[in-house]
Amino acid sequence: MAGSTRTGSGHDTVDTTTTISGLPLKPLYEPSDLAGFDYGRDLGRPGEFPFTRGVYSTMYLGRRWTMREFSGFGTAEQTNARFKYLISEGETGLSTAFDFPTLLGYDSDHPMALGEVGKLGVAIDSLRDMEILFDGIPLDQVTTSMTINAPAAILWAMYLVVAEKQGVPWDKVGGTIQNDILKEYIAQNTYVFPPEPSMRLIVDTFEFGTKHVPKWNTISISGYHIREAGSTAVQELAFTLADGMEYVRWGIARGLDVDSFAPRLSFFFNAHNEFFEEIAKYRAARRIWAHVMRDEFGAKNPRSWLCRFHTQTAGVSLTAQQPENNVVRVTLQALAAVLGGTQSLHTNSMDEALALPSEKAVRIALRTQQIIAEESGVANTIDPLAGSYFVEALTNQMEAGAKDYFRRIDELGGVIPAIEKQFFQREIAEAAYRYQREVQAGRRVIVGVNRYQVDEPISIPLLQVDEAVQEAQIRRVQEVRRTRDNTEVRSRLAALRDAARGSGNLMYPILDAVRAYATLGEIMDTLREVFGEYHAPPVF
Amino acid sequence: MERKIRVLVAKPGLDSHDRGAKVVARALRDAGMEVIYTGLRQTPDQIAEAALQEDVDVVGISILSGAHRVLVPRIVERLRELGLSDVLVVVGGIIPPDDVPFLLERGVAAVFGPGSSTADIVAFIEEHVQKVRA
Repeated sequence: MAGSTRTGSGHDTVDTTTTISGLPLKPLYEPSDLAGFDYGRDLGRPGEFPFTRGVYSTMYLGRRWTMREFSGFGTAEQTNARFKYLISEGETGLSTAFDFPTLLGYDSDHPMALGEVGKLGVAIDSLRDMEILFDGIPLDQVTTSMTINAPAAILWAMYLVVAEKQGVPWDKVGGTIQNDILKEYIAQNTYVFPPEPSMRLIVDTFEFGTKHVPKWNTISISGYHIREAGSTAVQELAFTLADGMEYVRWGIARGLDVDSFAPRLSFFFNAHNEFFEEIAKYRAARRIWAHVMRDEFGAKNPRSWLCRFHTQTAGVSLTAQQPENNVVRVTLQALAAVLGGTQSLHTNSMDEALALPSEKAVRIALRTQQIIAEESGVANTIDPLAGSYFVEALTNQMEAGAKDYFRRIDELGGVIPAIEKQFFQREIAEAAYRYQREVQAGRRVIVGVNRYQVDEPISIPLLQVDEAVQEAQIRRVQEVRRTRDNTEVRSRLAALRDAARGSGNLMYPILDAVRAYATLGEIMDTLREVFGEYHAPPVF
Repeated sequence: MERKIRVLVAKPGLDSHDRGAKVVARALRDAGMEVIYTGLRQTPDQIAEAALQEDVDVVGISILSGAHRVLVPRIVERLRELGLSDVLVVVGGIIPPDDVPFLLERGVAAVFGPGSSTADIVAFIEEHVQKVRA
């Protein structure tokens, strides 16, 4: 019955002298660690260049971070119900998780979709599913983030058409599409097309957003997945901002004025275990980006200089063993994100090492944010850790580490050549392997896994998505194909094909195809025909 | 001199999470095994074919997408159809505890869930491959 409790090897094996990024950690930091520190140059006040202390002058006193829990599973009906549940429990923004077939642009009846439909997110095959997903949710009263990359333009088009049908003008619609293909090649691997056409599609969304959907963040330049794949915090910071710079270059190369699209670039970081390193990372990100945008790209609009970001607590840090401990991990990680000045936050649920969140578990995750916001008092003062010898020294080191990587990426010819040379992928795999060896050697502790283990079976109620979802989705997509005007669909897909071969903005023909209920798979297949598919070499 | 243990590390279906597969592949290589990594988006047929072509002793399936109940039994079935019933099949990734017996009943020798150590995976493979060769 009661298990035995075993501790790991002795305390002397644990590494306390370096951060997870390998930055040196001293037992004590003093004024000498901040020699040459200049408040105006290095920090500035919140809302003032270089924004180290925060992107807005009042931060949470003016506007609290958005509590935005990433959700999605099964059918659009099931996810719609989860959205409404979370709103009723106090979440302040929506965030959509799509299933793998949707992420990769396959309809639910595609052979590659077998077993995958609705398992890791909601299945969206056509506008019909999107209408159901947001049924009863007024799109002028809520902002929605959608974690979607290769097919981002299409899912965005579906969302915009739902808004249209609700009578909500596009200039009132707010939200984010992740739409960050570079990190797909680097880490998340939900790429479909090769880099060049993918970047073309992304710049199309920048242009379209500037013209028609001004409140929309057309990209969420992400480090979260880079970190989850095994990178250090410095790599997460460096690779994310390098990607960001690459998107700015492509926008400018299209002929866009940087100030026309840069204010709607947003970012997405991880909140991992090492509390102070994470806080330093966020502060360094803001300072680096402000300088890059103003001094390198010559952006004039102060809103172009802002590194606004969403944060998610580290999925990879969750344990299946003693899952209740995950509530504690998430609390500390969320606190780091808040002390780091995040604009939006997702907290993981305790059961996520094993499944998608149950209702009860996600409620606790939301309460974690609410308790931080409303009981702890930490949000009542802006950037409270500023001036700490330790935090400022660490912020400086994070910045230096990132700049070192920028030089190395430049030497390789830039982000896309570096991707093709597997630079990022190897750095990440190396860091992941090093971390695993450190854990197995007892130099890094995972409570419940290599220390304080308990011999008990893992027993926690888990959300199940059953195979009936796939059957229902297959029936639905086939019904959509049967009942729509197929002549119209064929004609719109042909128009899309022609546009893809040319250089016009693809959002317009995509919207037309979506309105006619062309399916996601059909639209993606049309683009696949023109753009081809990207294949990554299996390096480990 | 005894033949090195040959392992195919496979990612079936659409699952794009490859951190674990790469860490395990590297650990197995460091332990002296010959490792072939399939890369992403492999069908059960492609995995079984690769196992045959590469003449492996072990197929390690990495799956975090929730599609394991559908895809893993298909891989095992295809291996059998190709005459590879002696190949050791192990699974890693996100497998809810309740699904472990399901997989073991269908020909999987072991499931290495979150928190597993690569040392345990290496030891298991070495022990079982030796048994088969004996």
